Amino acid sequence: MARARHPTEDPTWVKALVLAVVMAFLALVLILPLVAVFAEALRKGFGAALEAIAHEDALAAVKLTLITAAITVPFNVVFGLCAAWAVAKHDFPGKPFLITLIDLPFSVSPVVAGLIYVLVFGLQGWLGEWLLDNDMKVIFAVPGIVLATVFVTFPFVARELIPLMQEQGVSEEEAAISMGASGLYTFWRVTTPNVRWGLLYGVLLCNARAMGEFGAVSVVSGHIRGLTNTMPLHVEILYNEYDFVGAFAVAALLCLLAIVTLVLKTALEVAQPAVRRGGH
Amino acid sequence: MTADSLAAQRPVAARRPLFRRRSAIPGFGLTLGVTLSVLSLIVLIPLSAVALKAAELSPSEFLAAAFSQRALAAYRLTFGAALVAAVVNGVFGVLTAWAMVRYEFPGKTILNALVDLPFALPTAVAGIALATLYAPNGWVGQFLTPLGIKAAYNPIGVTIALVFIGLPFVVRTIEPVMRDLSADVEEAAASLGAGRLATIWRVILPALGPAWLTGFAMAFARGVGEYGSVIFIAGNMPYKSEIAPLLIIIQLEQFQYAQAATIAVVMLVVSFLMLLVINAIQAYSRRFV
Amino acid sequence: MTISIRSVQKQFGRYPALNHVDLEIADGELLALLGPSGSGKTTLLRAIAGLEFPDAGQVLFHDKDVTYASAAARRVGFVFQQYALFKHMTVAKNIAFGLDVRKGKDKPPKAEIAKRVEELLKLVELDGLGGRYPSQLSGGQRQRVALSRALAVQPSVLLLDEPFGALDATVRKSLRKELRRVHDATGVTTIFVTHDQEEALELADRVAILNKGQIEQIGTPREVHDNPASAFVCGFVGEANRFEGQISGGRFVAGPLSLPAPGVADGPAVGFVRPHDFTLAADGVEAKVERVNVQGALVRVDAVLASGARIEIAASRADADRFTGSVTVAAGKSHVYAA
Repeated sequence: MARARHPTEDPTWVKALVLAVVMAFLALVLILPLVAVFAEALRKGFGAALEAIAHEDALAAVKLTLITAAITVPFNVVFGLCAAWAVAKHDFPGKPFLITLIDLPFSVSPVVAGLIYVLVFGLQGWLGEWLLDNDMKVIFAVPGIVLATVFVTFPFVARELIPLMQEQGVSEEEAAISMGASGLYTFWRVTTPNVRWGLLYGVLLCNARAMGEFGAVSVVSGHIRGLTNTMPLHVEILYNEYDFVGAFAVAALLCLLAIVTLVLKTALEVAQPAVRRGGH
Repeated sequence: MTADSLAAQRPVAARRPLFRRRSAIPGFGLTLGVTLSVLSLIVLIPLSAVALKAAELSPSEFLAAAFSQRALAAYRLTFGAALVAAVVNGVFGVLTAWAMVRYEFPGKTILNALVDLPFALPTAVAGIALATLYAPNGWVGQFLTPLGIKAAYNPIGVTIALVFIGLPFVVRTIEPVMRDLSADVEEAAASLGAGRLATIWRVILPALGPAWLTGFAMAFARGVGEYGSVIFIAGNMPYKSEIAPLLIIIQLEQFQYAQAATIAVVMLVVSFLMLLVINAIQAYSRRFV
Repeated sequence: MTISIRSVQKQFGRYPALNHVDLEIADGELLALLGPSGSGKTTLLRAIAGLEFPDAGQVLFHDKDVTYASAAARRVGFVFQQYALFKHMTVAKNIAFGLDVRKGKDKPPKAEIAKRVEELLKLVELDGLGGRYPSQLSGGQRQRVALSRALAVQPSVLLLDEPFGALDATVRKSLRKELRRVHDATGVTTIFVTHDQEEALELADRVAILNKGQIEQIGTPREVHDNPASAFVCGFVGEANRFEGQISGGRFVAGPLSLPAPGVADGPAVGFVRPHDFTLAADGVEAKVERVNVQGALVRVDAVLASGARIEIAASRADADRFTGSVTVAAGKSHVYAA
């Protein structure tokens, strides 16, 4: 007689079937695209790919992408910490509504995110004339790219921190305050050590999205080579010009960023299982 | 009650600060103030610009812009493809989550990490990669062409891109619920005489229902707004393979700001409805907890 | 330090947590705030600590109004229900926290802080564990760390919120004695919140019993047990058989049972008889013995009266054999309150 199977265990053939289907699906949807990027980038050899990346327009795009992330991520960290402190450590009416508002950018199409800034800062927009008179440029310039990126990454850090800080309650903070610690001291010495891993997790996801955002940035950028092209936009331009090696070479760079993000994220989840949560 | 005890009940005015302390933990006013200001400046006020811009049109102009033949075709494609992609993810997402939670197999850690690839990979990169793979002469496309299937530059291509984008939403929403499903429940079902299939059908799937619906709705909502991964594989033919976000950009490039804003308003309304649905599902599912 | 609570009121939404509470706490006293959950006892403790601020009324420390003073300004030591130890700091750092945060000339020199930490660790019998992290300690040890952390600032009053709630029965018993010992050694005015009447009666000098945001009775453990001021206190403190009945002409009647009720007005009423106040007697009510349970020096007897009411009787072990079949019992002492 065969070994008795535990009631919660699936028969071997079911296991094999499920795994085969899952593997095939993930291969088609996730793995092949990733492989394809590197294969296409190296189609004409390593040198050609490197050359595409070393092109001055590509380097300008890398620089702009880094600048954008360097502004967006710290901004979202400060905002996320502020929002989480207000929402998670205090009680006030309308709290669930505020959390929904903070999450709002996730349910707005990136294209709409770009559009709203065009409507506010564009030539035809609310502030268009005033900006023109004062010789300032937001749309088709770096500030617009940063703003659009901030919008689409807005909830990342806050939504990581709010549930984490809510879970931890307020008694450690109350203990610190009752022993005479100031609010700022309590925040730095008691609260942040408890949420640093969740914060890092949020920063990781926020950074990946900030560097990779396409739709919103595409609307506000104007695609000016060497000036307002981020890496994803540069990929698009090269691709549309049928410079596939160039497009995939820059894309491969972004893939590496994604892989590093996933490796760090997985390491974080293994080391600090508490940070893992679903969605986004 | 004597006059004395009455007086004792009404205390001599305690020094009450101008702003009554709400909480022992400081910083509430400052942090809430910053939160609300930033939220308003970055999100709420700019978003209101869309509605105000669309409102510049007369009602008939608005309707014409919002529901032109071309716009209707774009909505049909956008919502249809997002729906089909969410259904596909609903099926394969559950299987993937099941494999990740219940089975041990080589490479599981890597595969599990890869499920989040769509969160980490820039959408434009995903777009050109999928287009290259599923084009008629691509790695995958070449096997489909002899079968008479065209998987790129048409609505099928749009759907493939949205499957990629939506997958982690379904898997990551279901996974924790699946993991928390205690073995006791299944053992109890088995001890009551239920077969494996009956246990899965009658006990496990109903318990996953709310999480599945939430993941489905999130994947759908994300798919509706998606742009970067879609445009490379869509073909972008008006009336045929043009998604609504692209139509916004096209209107914008023709300086039709109010028309662009009008389509954005339609999409925003649908997004908000989705948000309400997701919240309702989650509120409903909390009844079980 | 003496503490006065004057007509303090606190509302959470539409739910009144404290309703005109008055309380005087003497210098050096060990007071228990006892009540069921939702009775307002924790809110009252937090209002004294400055972690919650009343809507009306006053909190006085030594006749000084501190109603709206910050927690830090009051210099209280607070022990939280789940201890709220700082997970990322060692035991020694946790205990030193209140001294470390001081600024300028208020801050004791490092060596002095270290010495104080050592003293406190010794006081709670945790010498040598200063380098551990909270996660490396048992529940009882964490509780002691929380206690010494609260004492480190030499508080004017020590406040403890359900200090033994998260511990198992044996540790709880030993820590109770420990708190009493620490209180006697330091002489600091101490207030603790509990829902466990045994804990309150055993440990406190006086017990304040709260119900629905009001103080039902304040007194020594003996007073509240022997002379409960209300039906609630009688039912909540100590064990009691509860009967619902009627009063007429100064007697409480519930089925076959009749209890004296001097001074209680005619009408519906509740009567209580503690298990050990039932004794075997020639003239009494008949009770059918269902089960005899020996517990150490006592026997506990489950019996049924003719009316169907179930009662519990506590008697000395020597009488165990007399509880067979039908017995007649009389209530030596009883408490009757108008319903």
